[in-house]
Amino acid sequence: MLCLMGNLVFKYHKQVLFNPMIDNNEAVIVKKESLIKRYLVGMSKLTVFFVHFFKEVFKPPYEFKEFMKQSYRIGNQSFLLVATTAFIMGLVLTIQSRPALVQFGAQSWLPAMVAVSIVREIGPVITALICAGKVGSGIGAELASMKVTEQIDSMEVSGINPFKYVVVTRILSATLMLPLLVVFADTVALFGSYFGVNLKDTVSFQLFFIEVFQKLDFSDVFPAFIKTFFFGFSIGLVSCYMGYNADNGTEGVGKAANSAVVFGSLMVFVVDMVAVQITNLFST
Amino acid sequence: MEPAIIDIQHLKKSFGPNHVLADLSLKVNKGENLAILGKSGTGKSVLIKCIVRLLDPDEGSITVFGKNMEELGEGELNEIRKKMGFLFQSAALYDSLTVRENLEFPLRTLPKITEEEMNKRVEEALQNVDLAAAIDKMPSELSGGMRKRVGLARSLILKPEIMFYDEPTTGLDPITSRGISHLIVAVRKKYNTSSIIITHDIECARITSDRVIVLDKGKCIAEGTIDEVSKSDNNEVKAFFQ
Repeated sequence: MLCLMGNLVFKYHKQVLFNPMIDNNEAVIVKKESLIKRYLVGMSKLTVFFVHFFKEVFKPPYEFKEFMKQSYRIGNQSFLLVATTAFIMGLVLTIQSRPALVQFGAQSWLPAMVAVSIVREIGPVITALICAGKVGSGIGAELASMKVTEQIDSMEVSGINPFKYVVVTRILSATLMLPLLVVFADTVALFGSYFGVNLKDTVSFQLFFIEVFQKLDFSDVFPAFIKTFFFGFSIGLVSCYMGYNADNGTEGVGKAANSAVVFGSLMVFVVDMVAVQITNLFST
Repeated sequence: MEPAIIDIQHLKKSFGPNHVLADLSLKVNKGENLAILGKSGTGKSVLIKCIVRLLDPDEGSITVFGKNMEELGEGELNEIRKKMGFLFQSAALYDSLTVRENLEFPLRTLPKITEEEMNKRVEEALQNVDLAAAIDKMPSELSGGMRKRVGLARSLILKPEIMFYDEPTTGLDPITSRGISHLIVAVRKKYNTSSIIITHDIECARITSDRVIVLDKGKCIAEGTIDEVSKSDNNEVKAFFQ
């Protein structure tokens, strides 16, 4: 909803506020109305797409082979990128946090503080953002080019449900692979942090992880893990929606890939905000 | 006389203010090859997309195998679609699948087909288009003509009763175009299909069609054999054949 609202505001600024041809209030009102109409149409289309997903996901036949293929692409082929980013993230966070803790003589808290930051927030969000870029753009561009080259039409005339084959499998894969990537990223980031701690101090591997796991609590791990399913789902949903509804032509492919990344990333923050509110609600 | 296999009555389709099909009626008989000629944007591709219900018409009726296409539910529609083959202008091969997997793809709709039967059908379909050697290639490794032939093999794999060819020779050199046209004739002989061939290519229409109609602004402006139509007095038709 927020991504569509952002789109509306952007288009409004571009088409109405900075358009020298529109110089009276009436024209601005007409433009506003058409933008509101477009926003509502966009909203309803996304809602229909969302409902369509839930209608198809439980209905046989199940495209297990395609689901495994997409899971491999989304999960396995993102390992290196996620691992590199996570290691740097853990290392940099540790190096940046150390001076502040040293001032209070609290550098022994460093492993615990970094671990809580990574597990609760930074790990899931950064990994989701990387996936919104890598996976979202890939799905958006792939589906849009399938649409432009009539591959989706071709499935439909063969009597195969393209929504089920193309969309459902990708959304499910994104939903299930992102949590695994986040667990992997958190682990690698903690290794990065261990490396960062040992740049200035000497802490054994065992002591570092004892410190980490003593301070990590079920309420740190569980909500953070659950929200990653929603991150994955929203990235998959938005990128499939953008690709599946792309305009014809190569320009449409570029736009779909771009929109998938932009709105997928935005959705990650929106979901995170909602998840934090819900977590706080339960913790109080 | 046998009833028409495809019967279209008063078909209208618009995209916003653009009236693409305007009160079009036509019939295709069993075993007949009908070529539809016309300039770009006259509604030829829209017509066949309406027939297979990739697009919904605004008005009019489309009856295929005696069933009104608009009244069919998803299951029935898919059953009828299995009796239709569609060769897209771009061949529409699935980029991420090999030629073999592309051909196997429509077979998944058949209940309980064995792997042996699947392999047999794939090999037979590729032999029909003379591309048995390309079975393990990716679509990106194929030339334009080869892609069209693989697309044709894929659309024939379910042994359809009706074939739709959307500009089968566009973008191909004259020799390959002629090869594709003769392949269309061979398909009709072998599978006894009825076909609608959308084309700008007069030679393709001459080789493949029993009957031709010429569309202009979504209406039929000439109908008959290719020789009859080429002698038409209508200026639009004359311009097309010059």
